Amino acid sequence: MGLSAVLNDESLLLTGQQLTLSITGGATLLNAVSVTVNQGELVGLIGPNGAGKSTLLKLLSGVDSPSKGCVSLAVSGSLEPISALSVRERAQKMSYLVQGAKAYWPIEVEKMIALGRLPFQKWWQQSSDYDQAKVVRAMQLTETLIYRNRIVTTLSGGEQALVMMARVLAGEPEVIFADEPVATLDPYHQLHVMELLRAHAKGERAAVVVLHDLSLAARFCDRIYLLNDGGLFCEGSPEMVLSQHNIARVYGVDSQITRVGQDLSVSPVARLNNR
Amino acid sequence: MTVNHSYHGVLIGLLVAMIGSFFADLLAGPVSLQWFNIWAAIIENKASLDSLIFFEIRLPRAILALLVGATLGISGAALQGLLRNPLAESGIIGVSNCAALGAVLVFYFGFTQWAWFALPLAGLLGALVSVVLIFLLAGRSGSTVTLILAGIAINTIAGALMAMALNFAPNPYAMQEIVFWLLGSVANRSVSDVLIIVPFIVFGGLLILSCGRFLNALTLGEETASSLGFNVQVLRWRLVVGVVACVGAAVSVCGNIGFIGLVIPHLLRPLVRHDPQRLLSVSAMGGAVLLLLSDVAVQVLSSGGELKLGVITSLVGGPFFLYLILKNRNVWG
Repeated sequence: MGLSAVLNDESLLLTGQQLTLSITGGATLLNAVSVTVNQGELVGLIGPNGAGKSTLLKLLSGVDSPSKGCVSLAVSGSLEPISALSVRERAQKMSYLVQGAKAYWPIEVEKMIALGRLPFQKWWQQSSDYDQAKVVRAMQLTETLIYRNRIVTTLSGGEQALVMMARVLAGEPEVIFADEPVATLDPYHQLHVMELLRAHAKGERAAVVVLHDLSLAARFCDRIYLLNDGGLFCEGSPEMVLSQHNIARVYGVDSQITRVGQDLSVSPVARLNNR
Repeated sequence: MTVNHSYHGVLIGLLVAMIGSFFADLLAGPVSLQWFNIWAAIIENKASLDSLIFFEIRLPRAILALLVGATLGISGAALQGLLRNPLAESGIIGVSNCAALGAVLVFYFGFTQWAWFALPLAGLLGALVSVVLIFLLAGRSGSTVTLILAGIAINTIAGALMAMALNFAPNPYAMQEIVFWLLGSVANRSVSDVLIIVPFIVFGGLLILSCGRFLNALTLGEETASSLGFNVQVLRWRLVVGVVACVGAAVSVCGNIGFIGLVIPHLLRPLVRHDPQRLLSVSAMGGAVLLLLSDVAVQVLSSGGELKLGVITSLVGGPFFLYLILKNRNVWG
């Protein structure tokens, strides 16, 4: 570890190797989980409450540091541990959207979105025209231009989710890490946010998203990591991971899985007693 | 860019108010000065009673009021930004009471006769002790909440020790000296007092201003600020050290002057549209204006100097704060 390795697989964008996080007191929140993210991929992290999804996302995005293991990012042809990057460089390449993102002060939407450009400004610099253009582009992508002068705390939950996505997109990161970005949204806004993530995860870019809605995960994600109790239960395509057997084992529910067009639809129907 | 225009308007307006209240404070006082005497002292180096009063009494007093007001304003804005809470001020990290305790001990043991700098030095040492204690208690990687809890505990203990010093004061005169000093004042301070605190206030102020972008990022919470490329642990300490340096210096010369750190950022926040970075410089100027005007009021209301500055700021600040709460009670839910 600590050394950068030449990439054999050109499409590889990010790896997390044997990520473990133990907190003081001895509890292990995450135990030796490995993740790879390729260019153009939308990767889903699913699992029951307390499985370690948010913890894993924070480690992958560099917001927290693992007790053991290493997260590496492909930087111009070689894998660099993100601990070797400056926090600024890391922030330019990877963006993190916290669960239930909110603004603590009632500032204007446009100003809030412009915070996404902070990693590109030196401390003496103000927002440039280039930054401003990126902010406007992010508002266009998320259809939030109409709110640009509104106060962010007065927006509805769905509108806030979109402007938070705009904040992330304004930085044009290589990888977006989003923690339950659609958990509290109506179906319209759920689809809108997932489509934005899907559109971002193209070409050389990727996104990692924590989801509770298994049908959304099946529909939008290229690959899914199913976590259980701080460990990785299984990983693969939605068809492989979202089986009745796996869902029963991990979530403790009986589910009905149907095929709707090309996608799976997963609906939990009953709690199982022998979890 | 209407936003920038209104921000520059606010800056210019406050600057004009600051210069105006600075000159008002120079004019205020029991003696009415002949201005050509002061002019003569500057141009022809011809000392007179008027020029002596002006340069030895009024100028240090007005400069102190300006510096201390600015310090309290910017520190309040910095801590409110760090905690994302409009109720924070410098007392919350324990620095005011620790600096005050240092000064009180000097009075208690009668060290004031030893050297003119015994008082400010003890105050600065008290402030240094507070930041060392917080560091030991909260640890380098402690959360903001741990840091604040440590600060409040230290503030309470320092307050208790001050009460004990009053309790066992060697004589009524020492007791009166302590109480008057604690009430907070900029009267009868010397040029040396100003000079000893200027480096600390400039250093602390610059540290705080350098965290402006970090405070903006904190609008979205600590985890998001971290993901935006800010080292939260380092910058949090930079901010705390900045506040301790300038507030410690201010308290060690002028005592505890309440409410400015709380009220000024609260009052000015709407003018900068809740931008935490812009609030810093605006609050510094607003704090200076409020303290200068309070000092004018003190001198107009009681020429004998019985009324202390800290009493005026609290008397004005308290009810005003109450008014703000009543006006906004629906906003805070």
